[in-house]
Amino acid sequence: MSDNLIEIRDLSFAYNDRMVLKGINLVARRGQVIAIMGNSGCGKTTLLRLIGGALKATKGLLMVNDIDMGALDQDGLYRLRRRMGMLFQFGALFTDMSVFENVAFQLREHTDLPEEMIRDLVLMKLNAVGLRGAQDLMPSELSGGMARRVALARSIALDPALILYDEPFAGLDPISLGVTGNLIRRLTDTLGMTSVVVTHDVQESLKIVDYVYFVSEGVIVAQGTPTEIKASDLPYVHQFVHGEEDGPVPFHYPAPPYAADLELSA
Amino acid sequence: MINGLLNGVRGIGRRVVDGVWRMGIATRFFLQTLMHSGQSFRRFHLIIREIFSAGVLSLIIILVSGLFVGMVLGLQGYETLQTYGSEEALGVLVSLSLVRELGPVVAALLFASRAGSAITAEIGLMKATEQIAAMEMMAVDPIARVVAPRFWGAVISMPLLAALFSAMGILGGYLVGVVLIGVDEGSFWSQMQAAVDFKEDILNGVLKSVVFGVAVTAIALFEGYDAPPTAEGVSRATTRTVVTSSLAILGLDFILTAFMFRGV
Repeated sequence: MSDNLIEIRDLSFAYNDRMVLKGINLVARRGQVIAIMGNSGCGKTTLLRLIGGALKATKGLLMVNDIDMGALDQDGLYRLRRRMGMLFQFGALFTDMSVFENVAFQLREHTDLPEEMIRDLVLMKLNAVGLRGAQDLMPSELSGGMARRVALARSIALDPALILYDEPFAGLDPISLGVTGNLIRRLTDTLGMTSVVVTHDVQESLKIVDYVYFVSEGVIVAQGTPTEIKASDLPYVHQFVHGEEDGPVPFHYPAPPYAADLELSA
Repeated sequence: MINGLLNGVRGIGRRVVDGVWRMGIATRFFLQTLMHSGQSFRRFHLIIREIFSAGVLSLIIILVSGLFVGMVLGLQGYETLQTYGSEEALGVLVSLSLVRELGPVVAALLFASRAGSAITAEIGLMKATEQIAAMEMMAVDPIARVVAPRFWGAVISMPLLAALFSAMGILGGYLVGVVLIGVDEGSFWSQMQAAVDFKEDILNGVLKSVVFGVAVTAIALFEGYDAPPTAEGVSRATTRTVVTSSLAILGLDFILTAFMFRGV
Protein backbone atom coordinates (compact mmCIF):
# COMPACT_ATOMS: atom_id res chain seq x y z
CA MET A 1 0.00 0.00 0.00
CA SER A 2 1.57 3.22 -1.11
CA ASP A 3 1.72 6.29 1.11
CA ASN A 4 -0.23 8.32 -1.40
CA LEU A 5 -3.98 7.81 -1.60
CA ILE A 6 -4.20 9.93 -4.71
CA GLU A 7 -1.43 10.26 -7.24
CA ILE A 8 -1.90 12.26 -10.40
CA ARG A 9 0.84 12.52 -13.01
CA ASP A 10 0.75 14.69 -16.11
CA LEU A 11 -3.03 14.51 -16.32
CA SER A 12 -4.87 16.24 -19.15
CA PHE A 13 -8.55 16.45 -19.90
CA ALA A 14 -10.50 17.94 -22.79
CA TYR A 15 -14.24 18.49 -23.29
CA ASN A 16 -14.60 17.85 -27.02
CA ASP A 17 -11.71 19.97 -28.34
CA ARG A 18 -11.45 22.37 -25.44
CA MET A 19 -8.56 21.59 -23.09
CA VAL A 20 -9.74 22.04 -19.51
CA LEU A 21 -6.80 20.50 -17.65
CA LYS A 22 -3.27 20.54 -19.01
CA GLY A 23 -0.61 18.41 -17.35
CA ILE A 24 -1.74 18.30 -13.71
CA ASN A 25 0.57 16.75 -11.08
CA LEU A 26 -0.94 16.26 -7.64
CA VAL A 27 -0.48 14.02 -4.64
CA ALA A 28 -2.64 13.47 -1.57
CA ARG A 29 -1.04 11.44 1.20
CA ARG A 30 -3.16 9.23 3.42
CA GLY A 31 -4.65 11.16 6.33
CA GLN A 32 -4.21 14.57 4.70
CA VAL A 33 -6.78 17.22 3.94
CA ILE A 34 -5.79 18.88 0.68
CA ALA A 35 -7.47 21.82 -0.99
CA ILE A 36 -7.76 22.52 -4.68
CA MET A 37 -8.38 26.22 -5.18
CA GLY A 38 -8.88 28.51 -8.09
CA ASN A 39 -11.37 30.93 -9.55
CA SER A 40 -14.61 29.80 -11.17
CA GLY A 41 -14.12 27.87 -14.40
CA CYS A 42 -10.45 27.07 -13.76
CA GLY A 43 -11.06 23.32 -13.95
CA LYS A 44 -11.01 22.40 -10.25
CA THR A 45 -14.43 20.77 -10.24
CA THR A 46 -13.47 18.84 -13.38
CA LEU A 47 -10.42 17.60 -11.49
CA LEU A 48 -12.65 16.43 -8.63
CA ARG A 49 -14.96 14.64 -11.06
CA LEU A 50 -11.94 12.90 -12.59
CA ILE A 51 -10.82 11.70 -9.17
CA GLY A 52 -14.35 10.45 -8.48
CA GLY A 53 -14.39 8.59 -11.79
CA ALA A 54 -17.32 10.56 -13.24
CA LEU A 55 -15.02 11.58 -16.12
CA LYS A 56 -12.12 9.79 -17.78
CA ALA A 57 -8.79 11.53 -18.32
CA THR A 58 -7.72 12.21 -21.89
CA LYS A 59 -4.05 11.65 -21.03
CA GLY A 60 -1.90 10.92 -18.00
CA LEU A 61 -2.02 8.76 -14.89
CA LEU A 62 -4.58 8.93 -12.09
CA MET A 63 -4.16 6.48 -9.20
CA VAL A 64 -6.65 6.30 -6.33
CA ASN A 65 -5.94 3.86 -3.50
CA ASP A 66 -3.32 2.15 -5.73
CA ILE A 67 -5.86 1.60 -8.50
CA ASP A 68 -5.36 3.03 -11.97
CA MET A 69 -8.59 4.89 -12.71
CA GLY A 70 -7.95 4.84 -16.46
CA ALA A 71 -8.11 1.04 -16.58
CA LEU A 72 -11.30 0.62 -14.53
CA ASP A 73 -14.53 -0.75 -15.97
CA GLN A 74 -17.96 0.09 -14.51
CA ASP A 75 -17.88 -2.73 -11.94
CA GLY A 76 -14.37 -1.85 -10.83
CA LEU A 77 -15.33 1.80 -10.52
CA TYR A 78 -18.38 0.95 -8.40
CA ARG A 79 -16.21 -1.28 -6.19
CA LEU A 80 -13.75 1.59 -5.70
CA ARG A 81 -16.56 4.06 -5.00
CA ARG A 82 -17.68 2.04 -2.01
CA ARG A 83 -14.42 3.25 -0.46
CA MET A 84 -15.11 6.81 -1.54
CA GLY A 85 -17.54 9.46 -0.36
CA MET A 86 -18.52 12.70 -1.98
CA LEU A 87 -20.10 15.80 -0.53
CA PHE A 88 -21.95 17.73 -3.22
CA GLN A 89 -22.20 21.49 -3.27
CA PHE A 90 -25.71 21.68 -1.86
CA GLY A 91 -25.74 18.27 -0.22
CA ALA A 92 -27.77 16.44 -2.90
CA LEU A 93 -29.84 14.70 -0.25
CA PHE A 94 -32.59 12.41 -1.55
CA THR A 95 -35.64 14.62 -1.17
CA ASP A 96 -38.11 11.76 -0.81
CA MET A 97 -36.32 10.22 2.18
CA SER A 98 -35.93 11.35 5.78
CA VAL A 99 -32.54 12.32 7.23
CA PHE A 100 -32.27 8.84 8.77
CA GLU A 101 -33.04 7.08 5.49
CA ASN A 102 -30.58 9.26 3.61
CA VAL A 103 -27.74 8.22 5.91
CA ALA A 104 -28.94 4.60 5.90
CA PHE A 105 -29.15 4.52 2.09
CA GLN A 106 -25.72 3.02 1.36
CA LEU A 107 -25.93 0.62 4.30
CA ARG A 108 -29.20 -0.73 2.91
CA GLU A 109 -27.96 -0.86 -0.67
CA HIS A 110 -24.55 -2.42 -0.09
CA THR A 111 -24.84 -4.49 3.09
CA ASP A 112 -27.15 -7.09 4.60
CA LEU A 113 -26.85 -5.68 8.11
CA PRO A 114 -29.80 -6.24 10.44
CA GLU A 115 -32.08 -3.26 11.00
CA GLU A 116 -30.87 -2.73 14.57
CA MET A 117 -27.28 -2.42 13.50
CA ILE A 118 -28.19 -0.03 10.68
CA ARG A 119 -30.00 2.10 13.22
CA ASP A 120 -26.97 2.19 15.54
CA LEU A 121 -24.59 3.04 12.71
CA VAL A 122 -26.82 5.80 11.34
CA LEU A 123 -27.24 7.35 14.79
CA MET A 124 -23.47 7.23 15.32
CA LYS A 125 -22.84 9.02 12.03
CA LEU A 126 -25.55 11.57 12.73
CA ASN A 127 -24.14 12.14 16.20
CA ALA A 128 -20.72 12.81 14.69
CA VAL A 129 -22.21 15.74 12.78
CA GLY A 130 -24.41 16.83 15.70
CA LEU A 131 -27.74 16.01 14.07
CA ARG A 132 -28.90 12.88 15.87
CA GLY A 133 -31.96 14.84 16.96
CA ALA A 134 -32.86 15.64 13.33
CA GLN A 135 -33.15 12.02 12.20
CA ASP A 136 -36.87 12.20 11.43
CA LEU A 137 -36.82 15.47 9.52
CA MET A 138 -37.19 15.63 5.75
CA PRO A 139 -34.49 17.38 3.69
CA SER A 140 -36.89 20.25 2.93
CA GLU A 141 -37.03 21.03 6.65
CA LEU A 142 -33.26 21.49 6.98
CA SER A 143 -31.23 24.69 6.70
CA GLY A 144 -28.39 24.81 4.14
CA GLY A 145 -25.76 24.13 6.79
CA MET A 146 -27.71 21.23 8.30
CA ALA A 147 -28.28 19.67 4.87
CA ARG A 148 -24.54 19.84 4.25
CA ARG A 149 -23.89 18.09 7.57
CA VAL A 150 -26.43 15.35 6.87
CA ALA A 151 -24.79 14.85 3.49
CA LEU A 152 -21.46 14.58 5.27
CA ALA A 153 -22.89 11.94 7.61
CA ARG A 154 -24.24 10.10 4.57
CA SER A 155 -20.89 10.18 2.79
CA ILE A 156 -19.07 8.64 5.79
CA ALA A 157 -21.71 5.91 6.24
CA LEU A 158 -19.45 3.16 4.90
CA ASP A 159 -16.27 4.56 6.49
CA PRO A 160 -14.62 5.52 3.20
CA ALA A 161 -10.90 5.96 2.69
CA LEU A 162 -11.41 9.13 0.69
CA ILE A 163 -13.93 11.94 0.75
CA LEU A 164 -14.28 14.50 -2.01
CA TYR A 165 -15.91 17.85 -1.21
CA ASP A 166 -17.32 20.04 -3.95
CA GLU A 167 -17.47 23.63 -2.63
CA PRO A 168 -18.44 22.60 0.92
CA PHE A 169 -18.47 26.22 2.13
CA ALA A 170 -20.63 27.76 -0.60
CA GLY A 171 -23.60 29.75 0.70
CA LEU A 172 -23.13 29.04 4.41
CA ASP A 173 -23.50 31.50 7.28
CA PRO A 174 -20.34 32.14 9.39
CA ILE A 175 -21.33 29.69 12.12
CA SER A 176 -22.14 26.85 9.71
CA LEU A 177 -18.95 27.71 7.86
CA GLY A 178 -16.82 27.15 10.94
CA VAL A 179 -18.77 24.03 11.91
CA THR A 180 -18.38 22.48 8.44
CA GLY A 181 -14.66 23.30 8.32
CA ASN A 182 -14.00 21.78 11.73
CA LEU A 183 -16.07 18.70 10.89
CA ILE A 184 -14.03 18.05 7.76
CA ARG A 185 -10.80 18.23 9.77
CA ARG A 186 -12.08 16.24 12.74
CA LEU A 187 -13.69 13.45 10.72
CA THR A 188 -10.60 13.11 8.55
CA ASP A 189 -8.42 12.70 11.64
CA THR A 190 -10.67 10.46 13.72
CA LEU A 191 -11.77 8.16 10.90
CA GLY A 192 -8.31 8.03 9.30
CA MET A 193 -9.62 9.22 5.95
CA THR A 194 -8.13 11.44 3.29
CA SER A 195 -10.02 14.54 2.17
CA VAL A 196 -9.90 16.56 -1.03
CA VAL A 197 -11.67 19.90 -0.79
CA VAL A 198 -12.45 21.93 -3.90
CA THR A 199 -13.19 25.46 -2.82
CA HIS A 200 -12.61 29.12 -3.36
CA ASP A 201 -13.12 30.01 0.27
CA VAL A 202 -9.51 30.82 1.09
CA GLN A 203 -9.75 31.92 4.70
CA GLU A 204 -11.87 29.00 5.92
CA SER A 205 -9.95 26.32 4.09
CA LEU A 206 -6.47 27.58 4.98
CA LYS A 207 -7.44 27.01 8.63
CA ILE A 208 -8.05 23.31 8.20
CA VAL A 209 -6.03 21.92 5.29
CA ASP A 210 -2.56 20.40 5.17
CA TYR A 211 -1.67 21.28 1.61
CA VAL A 212 -3.04 23.56 -1.10
CA TYR A 213 -2.96 23.36 -4.89
CA PHE A 214 -3.85 26.46 -6.89
CA VAL A 215 -5.32 25.80 -10.32
CA SER A 216 -5.60 28.47 -12.98
CA GLU A 217 -6.61 27.89 -16.57
CA GLY A 218 -6.06 24.16 -16.30
CA VAL A 219 -2.59 24.14 -14.79
CA ILE A 220 -1.32 24.12 -11.21
CA VAL A 221 0.23 27.52 -10.72
CA ALA A 222 1.17 27.21 -7.07
CA GLN A 223 1.21 24.72 -4.23
CA GLY A 224 2.30 24.56 -0.62
CA THR A 225 1.28 24.39 3.00
CA PRO A 226 -1.15 27.08 4.23
CA THR A 227 1.76 29.01 5.79
CA GLU A 228 3.66 28.97 2.50
CA ILE A 229 0.56 30.02 0.61
CA LYS A 230 -0.17 32.94 2.94
CA ALA A 231 3.41 34.13 2.55
CA SER A 232 3.50 33.59 -1.21
CA ASP A 233 4.37 36.57 -3.35
CA LEU A 234 3.23 34.96 -6.60
CA PRO A 235 0.88 37.57 -8.09
CA TYR A 236 -2.00 35.13 -8.73
CA VAL A 237 -1.88 33.58 -5.27
CA HIS A 238 -1.52 36.99 -3.64
CA GLN A 239 -4.54 38.31 -5.50
CA PHE A 240 -6.58 35.22 -4.62
CA VAL A 241 -5.65 35.02 -0.94
CA HIS A 242 -6.22 38.71 -0.38
CA GLY A 243 -9.24 38.98 -2.64
CA GLU A 244 -7.84 41.84 -4.69
CA GLU A 245 -9.97 43.23 -7.48
CA ASP A 246 -7.34 43.48 -10.17
CA GLY A 247 -4.23 41.46 -10.86
CA PRO A 248 -3.38 38.46 -13.03
CA VAL A 249 -7.13 37.81 -13.05
CA PRO A 250 -8.26 41.14 -14.52
CA PHE A 251 -11.35 43.03 -13.39
CA HIS A 252 -12.33 43.81 -16.96
CA TYR A 253 -13.41 41.20 -19.44
CA PRO A 254 -11.25 41.67 -22.56
CA ALA A 255 -12.69 44.61 -24.52
CA PRO A 256 -11.60 47.24 -27.04
CA PRO A 257 -10.30 50.48 -25.50
CA TYR A 258 -12.98 52.28 -23.50
CA ALA A 259 -12.62 55.54 -25.43
CA ALA A 260 -12.95 53.74 -28.75
CA ASP A 261 -16.09 51.96 -27.55
CA LEU A 262 -17.68 55.26 -26.54
CA GLU A 263 -16.59 56.70 -29.92
CA LEU A 264 -14.63 59.49 -28.29
CA SER A 265 -11.90 60.76 -30.56
CA ALA A 266 -8.67 61.82 -28.92
CA MET B 1 -29.39 33.11 -51.72
CA ILE B 2 -27.51 29.85 -52.34
CA ASN B 3 -25.90 30.15 -48.92
CA GLY B 4 -29.28 30.57 -47.30
CA LEU B 5 -30.56 27.48 -49.11
CA LEU B 6 -27.50 25.48 -48.11
CA ASN B 7 -27.90 26.53 -44.48
CA GLY B 8 -31.53 25.46 -44.62
CA VAL B 9 -30.59 22.03 -45.94
CA ARG B 10 -27.82 21.74 -43.36
CA GLY B 11 -30.32 22.67 -40.64
CA ILE B 12 -32.71 19.92 -41.75
CA GLY B 13 -29.84 17.44 -41.93
CA ARG B 14 -28.63 18.35 -38.48
CA ARG B 15 -32.12 17.94 -37.03
CA VAL B 16 -32.54 14.54 -38.65
CA VAL B 17 -29.15 13.36 -37.39
CA ASP B 18 -29.86 14.71 -33.89
CA GLY B 19 -33.25 13.00 -33.94
CA VAL B 20 -31.74 9.67 -34.93
CA TRP B 21 -29.10 10.02 -32.20
CA ARG B 22 -31.76 10.75 -29.61
CA MET B 23 -33.79 7.76 -30.73
CA GLY B 24 -30.68 5.62 -30.36
CA ILE B 25 -29.94 6.96 -26.90
CA ALA B 26 -33.58 6.49 -25.87
CA THR B 27 -33.56 2.90 -27.12
CA ARG B 28 -30.38 2.11 -25.21
CA PHE B 29 -31.88 3.71 -22.12
CA PHE B 30 -35.02 1.60 -22.49
CA LEU B 31 -33.01 -1.61 -22.93
CA GLN B 32 -30.87 -0.76 -19.90
CA THR B 33 -34.03 -0.23 -17.88
CA LEU B 34 -35.29 -3.67 -18.89
CA MET B 35 -31.91 -5.24 -18.13
CA HIS B 36 -31.89 -3.75 -14.63
CA SER B 37 -35.47 -4.76 -13.88
CA GLY B 38 -34.62 -8.03 -12.12
CA GLN B 39 -33.33 -6.19 -9.09
CA SER B 40 -36.56 -4.19 -8.83
CA PHE B 41 -38.64 -7.34 -8.70
CA ARG B 42 -36.40 -8.78 -6.02
CA ARG B 43 -37.04 -5.63 -3.97
CA PHE B 44 -40.72 -5.40 -4.75
CA HIS B 45 -41.40 -2.76 -2.08
CA LEU B 46 -39.70 -0.24 -4.40
CA ILE B 47 -42.24 -1.05 -7.13
CA ILE B 48 -45.12 -0.92 -4.63
CA ARG B 49 -44.12 2.64 -3.74
CA GLU B 50 -44.20 3.63 -7.39
CA ILE B 51 -47.56 1.92 -7.93
CA PHE B 52 -48.78 4.18 -5.16
CA SER B 53 -47.40 7.39 -6.66
CA ALA B 54 -48.25 6.61 -10.31
CA GLY B 55 -51.42 4.56 -9.80
CA VAL B 56 -53.13 5.38 -6.53
CA LEU B 57 -52.50 9.10 -6.83
CA SER B 58 -54.02 9.09 -10.35
CA LEU B 59 -57.19 7.40 -9.10
CA ILE B 60 -59.30 10.49 -8.54
CA ILE B 61 -58.80 11.99 -11.98
CA ILE B 62 -59.31 8.58 -13.62
CA LEU B 63 -62.47 7.70 -11.67
CA VAL B 64 -64.14 11.09 -12.05
CA SER B 65 -63.29 11.38 -15.75
CA GLY B 66 -64.49 7.81 -16.34
CA LEU B 67 -67.81 8.55 -14.69
CA PHE B 68 -68.38 11.69 -16.77
CA VAL B 69 -67.29 10.12 -20.04
CA GLY B 70 -69.74 7.27 -19.37
CA MET B 71 -72.54 9.70 -18.54
CA VAL B 72 -71.96 11.64 -21.76
CA LEU B 73 -71.88 8.37 -23.70
CA GLY B 74 -75.18 7.46 -22.12
CA LEU B 75 -76.81 10.72 -23.16
CA GLN B 76 -75.38 10.84 -26.67
CA GLY B 77 -75.93 7.13 -27.25
CA TYR B 78 -79.54 7.31 -26.14
CA GLU B 79 -80.18 10.25 -28.48
CA THR B 80 -78.92 8.31 -31.47
CA LEU B 81 -80.26 4.88 -30.57
CA GLN B 82 -83.81 6.03 -29.90
CA THR B 83 -84.01 7.33 -33.49
CA TYR B 84 -83.82 3.68 -34.53
CA GLY B 85 -85.91 2.48 -31.65
CA SER B 86 -83.13 0.38 -30.20
CA GLU B 87 -82.41 2.19 -26.95
CA GLU B 88 -82.06 -1.18 -25.10
CA ALA B 89 -78.74 -1.50 -26.94
CA LEU B 90 -77.41 1.44 -24.90
CA GLY B 91 -75.51 -0.91 -22.59
CA VAL B 92 -73.73 -2.46 -25.57
CA LEU B 93 -72.79 0.91 -27.02
CA VAL B 94 -71.46 2.29 -23.74
CA SER B 95 -69.51 -0.81 -22.77
CA LEU B 96 -68.00 -1.55 -26.17
CA SER B 97 -66.91 2.07 -26.70
CA LEU B 98 -65.29 2.13 -23.29
CA VAL B 99 -63.69 -1.28 -23.16
CA ARG B 100 -62.33 -1.27 -26.68
CA GLU B 101 -61.40 2.34 -27.21
CA LEU B 102 -62.17 5.13 -24.78
CA GLY B 103 -61.08 3.32 -21.63
CA PRO B 104 -57.51 2.56 -22.69
CA VAL B 105 -57.02 5.76 -24.73
CA VAL B 106 -58.53 8.39 -22.44
CA ALA B 107 -57.12 6.74 -19.31
CA ALA B 108 -53.68 6.71 -20.95
CA LEU B 109 -53.97 10.38 -21.96
CA LEU B 110 -54.93 11.29 -18.40
CA PHE B 111 -52.18 9.06 -17.06
CA ALA B 112 -49.63 10.83 -19.29
CA SER B 113 -50.61 14.22 -17.99
CA ARG B 114 -50.92 13.19 -14.34
CA ALA B 115 -48.31 10.49 -13.71
CA GLY B 116 -46.06 10.89 -16.78
CA SER B 117 -45.40 14.57 -16.16
CA ALA B 118 -44.80 13.86 -12.47
CA ILE B 119 -42.24 11.16 -13.30
CA THR B 120 -40.38 13.46 -15.70
CA ALA B 121 -40.37 16.37 -13.26
CA GLU B 122 -39.25 14.19 -10.37
CA ILE B 123 -36.36 12.57 -12.23
CA GLY B 124 -35.38 15.86 -13.89
CA LEU B 125 -35.23 17.55 -10.50
CA MET B 126 -33.28 14.66 -9.01
CA LYS B 127 -30.76 15.23 -11.77
CA ALA B 128 -30.74 19.02 -11.38
CA THR B 129 -30.10 18.75 -7.64
CA GLU B 130 -27.31 16.19 -8.22
CA GLN B 131 -29.21 13.38 -6.48
CA ILE B 132 -28.61 11.10 -9.46
CA ALA B 133 -24.89 11.97 -9.47
CA ALA B 134 -24.76 11.39 -5.71
CA MET B 135 -26.31 7.96 -6.18
CA GLU B 136 -23.70 7.07 -8.81
CA MET B 137 -20.95 8.25 -6.47
CA MET B 138 -22.38 5.90 -3.84
CA ALA B 139 -21.92 3.03 -6.30
CA VAL B 140 -25.69 2.61 -6.74
CA ASP B 141 -26.88 2.43 -10.32
CA PRO B 142 -29.66 5.03 -10.71
CA ILE B 143 -31.22 3.09 -13.59
CA ALA B 144 -31.70 0.11 -11.30
CA ARG B 145 -32.67 2.08 -8.19
CA VAL B 146 -34.68 5.02 -9.59
CA VAL B 147 -35.71 4.28 -13.17
CA ALA B 148 -36.64 0.57 -13.25
CA PRO B 149 -38.99 0.61 -10.22
CA ARG B 150 -40.80 3.64 -11.63
CA PHE B 151 -41.11 1.92 -14.99
CA TRP B 152 -42.71 -1.21 -13.58
CA GLY B 153 -44.81 0.68 -11.06
CA ALA B 154 -46.38 2.72 -13.84
CA VAL B 155 -46.67 -0.15 -16.33
CA ILE B 156 -48.51 -2.27 -13.75
CA SER B 157 -50.78 0.66 -12.81
CA MET B 158 -51.85 1.57 -16.33
CA PRO B 159 -54.12 -1.41 -17.23
CA LEU B 160 -55.67 -1.30 -13.76
CA LEU B 161 -56.48 2.37 -14.17
CA ALA B 162 -57.92 1.75 -17.65
CA ALA B 163 -60.11 -1.03 -16.22
CA LEU B 164 -61.35 1.25 -13.46
CA PHE B 165 -61.97 3.99 -16.01
CA SER B 166 -64.14 1.64 -18.08
CA ALA B 167 -65.97 0.35 -15.01
CA MET B 168 -66.77 3.87 -13.86
CA GLY B 169 -67.82 4.78 -17.39
CA ILE B 170 -70.26 1.87 -17.55
CA LEU B 171 -71.62 2.95 -14.18
CA GLY B 172 -72.01 6.51 -15.56
CA GLY B 173 -73.84 5.17 -18.63
CA TYR B 174 -76.11 3.13 -16.37
CA LEU B 175 -76.90 6.12 -14.15
CA VAL B 176 -77.87 8.30 -17.10
CA GLY B 177 -79.48 5.64 -19.29
CA VAL B 178 -81.35 3.48 -16.77
CA VAL B 179 -81.76 5.60 -13.64
CA LEU B 180 -82.27 8.99 -15.26
CA ILE B 181 -83.85 8.30 -18.65
CA GLY B 182 -85.47 4.99 -17.85
CA VAL B 183 -84.06 2.50 -20.35
CA ASP B 184 -85.00 -1.03 -19.36
CA GLU B 185 -82.46 -2.27 -16.81
CA GLY B 186 -82.67 -5.93 -17.78
CA SER B 187 -81.95 -5.36 -21.44
CA PHE B 188 -79.21 -2.81 -20.59
CA TRP B 189 -77.19 -5.41 -18.69
CA SER B 190 -78.15 -8.58 -20.59
CA GLN B 191 -77.42 -7.13 -24.02
CA MET B 192 -74.10 -5.89 -22.69
CA GLN B 193 -73.21 -9.35 -21.38
CA ALA B 194 -74.18 -10.98 -24.64
CA ALA B 195 -72.32 -8.55 -26.89
CA VAL B 196 -69.03 -8.00 -25.10
CA ASP B 197 -66.54 -10.76 -25.91
CA PHE B 198 -63.88 -11.49 -23.33
CA LYS B 199 -61.06 -12.14 -25.77
CA GLU B 200 -61.92 -9.85 -28.67
CA ASP B 201 -63.00 -6.86 -26.63
CA ILE B 202 -61.73 -6.97 -23.08
CA LEU B 203 -58.34 -8.61 -23.62
CA ASN B 204 -57.63 -6.40 -26.63
CA GLY B 205 -58.48 -3.36 -24.51
CA VAL B 206 -56.14 -4.56 -21.77
CA LEU B 207 -53.42 -5.18 -24.34
CA LYS B 208 -53.82 -1.63 -25.60
CA SER B 209 -53.54 -0.17 -22.14
CA VAL B 210 -50.39 -2.18 -21.43
CA VAL B 211 -48.79 -0.91 -24.65
CA PHE B 212 -49.80 2.68 -23.83
CA GLY B 213 -48.46 2.26 -20.30
CA VAL B 214 -45.08 1.12 -21.60
CA ALA B 215 -44.95 3.97 -24.14
CA VAL B 216 -45.97 6.74 -21.72
CA THR B 217 -43.67 5.55 -18.95
CA ALA B 218 -40.67 5.01 -21.23
CA ILE B 219 -41.11 8.50 -22.69
CA ALA B 220 -41.58 10.11 -19.26
CA LEU B 221 -38.54 8.39 -17.78
CA PHE B 222 -36.29 9.16 -20.72
CA GLU B 223 -37.35 12.81 -20.92
CA GLY B 224 -36.65 13.21 -17.19
CA TYR B 225 -33.31 11.45 -17.33
CA ASP B 226 -32.24 13.33 -20.45
CA ALA B 227 -33.42 16.78 -19.29
CA PRO B 228 -30.82 19.53 -19.00
CA PRO B 229 -30.24 19.95 -15.23
CA THR B 230 -31.83 23.40 -15.00
CA ALA B 231 -35.28 24.73 -14.08
CA GLU B 232 -35.96 25.57 -17.70
CA GLY B 233 -34.71 22.19 -18.91
CA VAL B 234 -36.97 20.30 -16.52
CA SER B 235 -40.05 22.37 -17.39
CA ARG B 236 -39.47 21.83 -21.10
CA ALA B 237 -38.96 18.12 -20.60
CA THR B 238 -42.23 17.90 -18.68
CA THR B 239 -44.11 19.59 -21.51
CA ARG B 240 -42.42 17.31 -24.05
CA THR B 241 -43.46 14.25 -22.07
CA VAL B 242 -47.13 15.19 -22.23
CA VAL B 243 -47.03 16.15 -25.92
CA THR B 244 -44.94 13.21 -27.12
CA SER B 245 -46.76 10.59 -25.10
CA SER B 246 -50.20 11.89 -26.13
CA LEU B 247 -49.20 11.65 -29.78
CA ALA B 248 -47.66 8.24 -29.18
CA ILE B 249 -50.88 7.00 -27.55
CA LEU B 250 -53.05 8.15 -30.46
CA GLY B 251 -50.65 6.83 -33.09
CA LEU B 252 -50.23 3.49 -31.37
CA ASP B 253 -54.00 3.27 -30.89
CA PHE B 254 -54.55 3.48 -34.61
CA ILE B 255 -51.92 0.82 -35.33
CA LEU B 256 -53.23 -1.52 -32.63
CA THR B 257 -56.86 -1.06 -33.68
CA ALA B 258 -55.89 -1.80 -37.29
CA PHE B 259 -54.33 -5.09 -36.17
CA MET B 260 -57.25 -6.01 -33.96
CA PHE B 261 -59.96 -5.04 -36.46
CA ARG B 262 -62.11 -8.02 -37.28
CA GLY B 263 -63.87 -6.62 -40.30
CA VAL B 264 -67.26 -7.97 -39.37
